[in-house]
Amino acid sequence: MAVTVKFFANLRESVGISSTTVEYVPDMKIADVWKAAAKGKERPLGMLTAVNMEYAKDDVVIRDNDEVAFFPMVSGG
Amino acid sequence: MKWRFFRWYPEADILRIELRTETFDPWQELRAHEAQMSLAGDCGATAVFVGSMRDFNAGDKVEGLYLEHYPGMTERQLHTICEAAAGRWTLRDVLVLHRVGEIRVGEAIVLVCVRAAHRGDAFDACRAIMEELKHTAPFWKKEKLQDRGRWVEGNTDGYAVKERN
Repeated sequence: MAVTVKFFANLRESVGISSTTVEYVPDMKIADVWKAAAKGKERPLGMLTAVNMEYAKDDVVIRDNDEVAFFPMVSGG
Repeated sequence: MKWRFFRWYPEADILRIELRTETFDPWQELRAHEAQMSLAGDCGATAVFVGSMRDFNAGDKVEGLYLEHYPGMTERQLHTICEAAAGRWTLRDVLVLHRVGEIRVGEAIVLVCVRAAHRGDAFDACRAIMEELKHTAPFWKKEKLQDRGRWVEGNTDGYAVKERN
């Protein structure tokens, strides 16, 4: 019963880890995942989120074994 | 979303998306792509965009870049972008190459090549793919300045962005 959490770019640097797992809790939302994974760091404004490699909004309900990723605005190209 | 063709060539690799860890020459890549794709003159228009690393940004000299990505999601998002373009315009084939990792000044970062029967489709799809890539594909640039590193905070809007929404 776990959720994989990934951090990218400046979030990876500020949280200090690129990947971790948190315990799955029924009715878990993205904000709960952040709280469990981000070592007490404030969640920055404007941060993007993906669940299972698809962009996701905050009200998405997380399921067991999901992969949740937090990252800043993208800057490729 | 389906690819729309005038003719179907099962041997043709119609959507090619690659992430590269090493430098590439976009003009050589285009030549090789065209040699592989050219079939019976069905393609009347080729639109190409090449993005390269500048040595300046936001008033600072930039000495290099590190390009981070989200393995798996980046490729998936690029596919989604190209498939959306193929649903909107009539395209023959699409090539997207994008660098990741350490990049030096002057090196190509991205190559988008769209081939179609007509220039309108090729131009518009190439532009749209590039704009979508800049705004939704999970890549992040960290610039090497003379005295520190700096994450680039999002991309500026291109003129086509309003049409995107």
